[in-house]
Amino acid sequence: MSYTEATVQLLSPQGSLVESDATAPYLPLIAGLDESRLLDFHRQMVVIRRFDIEAGNLQRQGQLALWIPSLGQEAAQVGSGYAARSQDHIFPAYREHVVGRIRGLDPMRIIEMLRGLSHGGWVPEETGNFHLFTLVIGSQALHATGYAMGMRFDGVVGTGDPEVDAATLVYFGDGATSQGDVNEAFVFAASYQTPQVFFLQNNHWAISVPVERQSRTPLYLRPAGFGIPSVQIDGNDVLASYATTRAGLDAARAGEGPRFIEALTYRMGAHTTSDDPTKYREDEETRFWSERDPITRYEAYLRGKGVGDDFFREVAVEAEDLAADARRRTLALTDPPTSKVFAHVYTDAHPLVAEEAAWYSAFEAGYEEAGS
Amino acid sequence: MTERMMPMAKAINEGLRAAMTADPSVLLMGEDIGTLGGVFRVTEGLKAEFGENRVLDTPLAESGIVGTAIGLAMRGYRPVCEIQFDGFIFPGFDQITSQLAKLTYRHEGSQAFPVVIRVPYGGHIGAVEHHQESPEAYFAHTAGLRVVSPATPNDGYWMIQQAIASNDPVLFFEPKSRYWQKGEVADDGVPTPLHQSRVVRTGTQVTLVGHGAMVAQLLQAAEVAAGEGTSVEVIDLRSLSPIDFAPILASVQKTGHLVVAQEAPGNVSVGSEIAATIAERAFFSLEAPVLRVSGFDTPFPPAKLEGAYLPDVDRILEAVDRSLAY
Repeated sequence: MSYTEATVQLLSPQGSLVESDATAPYLPLIAGLDESRLLDFHRQMVVIRRFDIEAGNLQRQGQLALWIPSLGQEAAQVGSGYAARSQDHIFPAYREHVVGRIRGLDPMRIIEMLRGLSHGGWVPEETGNFHLFTLVIGSQALHATGYAMGMRFDGVVGTGDPEVDAATLVYFGDGATSQGDVNEAFVFAASYQTPQVFFLQNNHWAISVPVERQSRTPLYLRPAGFGIPSVQIDGNDVLASYATTRAGLDAARAGEGPRFIEALTYRMGAHTTSDDPTKYREDEETRFWSERDPITRYEAYLRGKGVGDDFFREVAVEAEDLAADARRRTLALTDPPTSKVFAHVYTDAHPLVAEEAAWYSAFEAGYEEAGS
Repeated sequence: MTERMMPMAKAINEGLRAAMTADPSVLLMGEDIGTLGGVFRVTEGLKAEFGENRVLDTPLAESGIVGTAIGLAMRGYRPVCEIQFDGFIFPGFDQITSQLAKLTYRHEGSQAFPVVIRVPYGGHIGAVEHHQESPEAYFAHTAGLRVVSPATPNDGYWMIQQAIASNDPVLFFEPKSRYWQKGEVADDGVPTPLHQSRVVRTGTQVTLVGHGAMVAQLLQAAEVAAGEGTSVEVIDLRSLSPIDFAPILASVQKTGHLVVAQEAPGNVSVGSEIAATIAERAFFSLEAPVLRVSGFDTPFPPAKLEGAYLPDVDRILEAVDRSLAY
């Protein structure tokens, strides 16, 4: 489909390591991973997929207003998410549930948001610097670039101290590459040589519009025009996602400027639960990508390394437990107080909001009295 | 108290310098603001003084300026963005209204966004299209933003520092036709709070309210009216969001007549909000309907016609007469 000769793949669809000139720079990064991290990759992919299905079901049962599935994109997200260091800052779009989980976000916060209880509301300092979802397509690219400019001004780039040097990692999709903000982010990032990795998940569809409408050239070729080095990877290969993001972040933290990764993956599900992909895409395409499923491939790799059934059973149980827990906790959710309408519109006191909050409180109280 | 005479452009420049000196997290960003000092020279000398990491000559992209300022604010900076001209703010509109304005709410208060957006605005300078507009109502309409406009050099000096000190995003509209008129700046005085409106001339028969460059016109109109035996009170709004209605209400309770003037088009404008609110809160004090004097509901015309478009002393006095004759 959209793989090119340039596509970096460390793991073949059969689950064996690919050794070539193209993979040579990245294989040492994989060799450097200890076994527990390799197992984490699998655990996170499986667990989030089960969670994702459960959340979709909860939406169908009327518990959520919306769900945004990440089915099929687990490898792109898990690999890149694990490549970031604790001091790095991650700016997601809105589908990177597992990256949040890796960084310490309770995925229930996403369920709460899509149930209509919050607009996100998590505190990035408490979620491993995983920032809030941004629903206007591509806006977060500029926030990540500005944040990275600040890192440079603060001198936390290129010191050589692995505890100090930091970068930002920003996620966006193929549709977002048409947005002005994403392109302006490329301009600013190149101009200020920000410590930053742009991570494009090309899942081939912006709701119903195929990537060919966004670009006539492979998207990884675009950054060259901005002066940003780029690489295209098999986004269903968790090892390629990890290694290229790791290399990109290392370069960015070292002061070499921004990097760009195009991860070729596929949105196996709908854009959101409000969408119906049968109206615009062919089964044949979906079949092509399901044969390249990121979890199946990685399981084959782990089994080839001698990982046994016990581990896979344990992960399956963990996934079921998380899904059951999410269901139980979702059913226990209560609506926020109406005072939340007026809270935190501003940081400093604001007379108009205060006045309207007081008015509504009195209005509500009037009904309570009338009803009592 | 030390008082010095200086034009507003210089006063804002000094206010920026004071804020940058007091707080190393304050940085300036915008097009041509560094080496050139801005097309109106409001940031003149600041790059030389504070360096290129605190006075950024950015790429030419307004959304990029505001969007990266948001990221810098997340990092702990207090960015002050310059939008070169009023009519150029719209490429940045989405980042201002959908992101900057809503991010504190989205974060449920855990993160403040102290970003100031300076906008030279308004007419009377004979410039080409997109260089003389008054777009303040768009921003006053948006929850999460604060919107202010100084009318004097003293307010320019103090209000820019107060805007930078605010923990919320502030749209800072600078009346560019007033950049070059000198006024006294009391640089060790006690400033009026940022969001207070202020009576700048007392009178008994009609209340005139306006902001920015309009305040000077209102004062001129009041002077002419006084010569004709009409006593006019003038209020400088200073803050467009939130609006401080107390001095306006107090004045209207005294005069019973209110005329609101602005360069911006009248339809769904700051003047409309004042007229509605005063009608709601001071209905029995009013002896005439609240009248609006504004730019027309047309695009800003070619410069040779701006005299017909922009409210002037005659149009203000016509409204005063109409109100008194009601």
